[in-house]
Amino acid sequence: MKQVKYRNSASRLLLLGTVFLFSLLNPVFAQDETASAAVTESAAGGDIAKGEALFKSLCASCHKRYKRTTGPALFGVTERRSKKWLYSWIKNSTEMIASGDADAVAIYEEYNKTAMNTFPQLSNQDIDDILAYAMVIKEKRPKPPVIEGEVGGSGSAVSTNLILAALALVFLMLVGVLFLVNKTLKNFAEANNIELQGREERTSIWKAFVQNQFLVLVVSILLLLASGYYVYGYCMQIGLDEGYQPIQPIHYSHKIHAGDNKIECKYCHSSARVSKTSGIPSLNVCMNCHKSISEVADATATADYSKEFYDGEIKKLYKAVGWDEATQSYTGKTEPVKWVRIHNLPDFAYFNHSQHVSVAGIECQKCHGPVEEMEIMYQHAPLTMGWCINCHRETNVKVEGNEYYEKIHKELSKKYGVDKLTAAQMGGLECGKCHY
Amino acid sequence: MKNSINIIVVAITIISVVSCKKDSKPNYQYMPDMYESVGYEPYGEYGVFPGSQEAMLPAEGSIPRGWMPYDYKNSNEGYQQAKDSLKNPIRYTKANEEAGKALYDIYCAICHGGQGDGKGTLVKREKILGVPSYDDPGRIITEGSIYHVMYYGINTMGSYAVQTNEEERWQIVQYVQKLKADLEGKTVRIDSDVVEAIKIEEAHHEAKEEDHSNAHH
Repeated sequence: MKQVKYRNSASRLLLLGTVFLFSLLNPVFAQDETASAAVTESAAGGDIAKGEALFKSLCASCHKRYKRTTGPALFGVTERRSKKWLYSWIKNSTEMIASGDADAVAIYEEYNKTAMNTFPQLSNQDIDDILAYAMVIKEKRPKPPVIEGEVGGSGSAVSTNLILAALALVFLMLVGVLFLVNKTLKNFAEANNIELQGREERTSIWKAFVQNQFLVLVVSILLLLASGYYVYGYCMQIGLDEGYQPIQPIHYSHKIHAGDNKIECKYCHSSARVSKTSGIPSLNVCMNCHKSISEVADATATADYSKEFYDGEIKKLYKAVGWDEATQSYTGKTEPVKWVRIHNLPDFAYFNHSQHVSVAGIECQKCHGPVEEMEIMYQHAPLTMGWCINCHRETNVKVEGNEYYEKIHKELSKKYGVDKLTAAQMGGLECGKCHY
Repeated sequence: MKNSINIIVVAITIISVVSCKKDSKPNYQYMPDMYESVGYEPYGEYGVFPGSQEAMLPAEGSIPRGWMPYDYKNSNEGYQQAKDSLKNPIRYTKANEEAGKALYDIYCAICHGGQGDGKGTLVKREKILGVPSYDDPGRIITEGSIYHVMYYGINTMGSYAVQTNEEERWQIVQYVQKLKADLEGKTVRIDSDVVEAIKIEEAHHEAKEEDHSNAHH
């Protein structure tokens, strides 16, 4: 299917059209299928839809259907065990192990003595429903919508590039043609003995310019001013890294984590609450979620980054932290992930995260920009002294719930004749606050 | 001919100047020795460290300031002991509850949900499934078991001991118990009366000492 994007547009359009049609039709088919499956299954003693809801709310934290996680994969479980055994196991596995049931003890040992929770609230019918859901044969994911996204997405990227290349080619050809035309015309002229007008007849514009001293003076002054302007501009941006966007060893998308999934910044950067540095999360923090999320959902893939790409990045995490997916355990073989630092203050300036995050209660986005929209992290603020000072002049100090400083806040407010103190009035402009 | 050569030279200079601006490389600095710290910076890369990484695990046996040993083992028995006998040493004040809420919303709510009903954002988006509600009858949680699970993690849930300190974890325990009480429709425990609070604290202290001796047996 991938070659499609290079074929001519007519067949591509046709194909896109059919794919689109199929994608429209597909959910309808799928619904019919599950509905009919549910009907047949409920005759056998389990409602798949109810089972799915129960499975997702109770079982899915430790079990997947086709993959081992904390507990075994559940597909095929009714072939491995009898229904009666499953009823009593699911309702109270601890009791069964204690009573010495051979199968129960064996599986308890096999899974590192991880005790399964008891589910006294489930009826036999509920368990039947769950088992019916667990026994649904894995269907191949319907590919059409994904391919449509891929063709459409990368197609548009490719087409802009193609258009640019074509334009460049046309331009080059035009230049060539003009040269050729010029040459043939000259040849014609020579052949017909027509004398071309020489250029030497009029004084060249350059000579005229050099002769006019006033013009030379004005132009050189202008040139000097312009170059001074640019040199000044260049010198002023040395040491500034606004927009710095290095390539990281693992493509970690803040957009997916903080934007789409709304994970708090401080979940991963937990030391921003209590310490000078915001903290780069150690990999065990990643594994809090990625122990169970080993691949991204189809919907996570975008035109620029495919599902395979994101899954590969999660594999990089597993390799670094030494997580063996097959046995669901740590191998102990770890390697550091060498993240590239983006935000960097010079050594002579002191900045403390906890003071700004916990004491002042400033949003992370105030300095770091719209991180939740950044697929690749970059530096949003210039991090210059002027930028710091400006914020200190404009920001009011959060005085609520800070009884210790109540008196000094009151006195300072009286001194400056204001209701609300800014950070600058609290001494936020003193040199020694940040430079020492 | 001369003209075209001039044009080409100018074009190449302009292109090379413009293309020098690259966002994947850091900019030049005036005095790098004033920018870069002489001491080792957090997360820096220095040859003296294993793997060249400044970020390392603390030396074995080192104890962070304010850290207290936790006597319960990371096993089913340890869990049961903590569930039965471990008690929350902090006073159940409104301030502690609010602190607990702030921390809960950062670390727990993403899966367990703002109400503790197991319906956090990640569950709603079907990224992580099977998160139980705090009033789940199959797993009755107590202050001890809540703390124990936060300390070590359980099954798919990881340990939160790195992201929180002891006091913060107990504040979260208080808030989780509040959510549980709300879900079950019971009254939320608040130690408002100072005299009563002291009594409870003493009782806690005794209970804790008992716990410790229990744990040792």
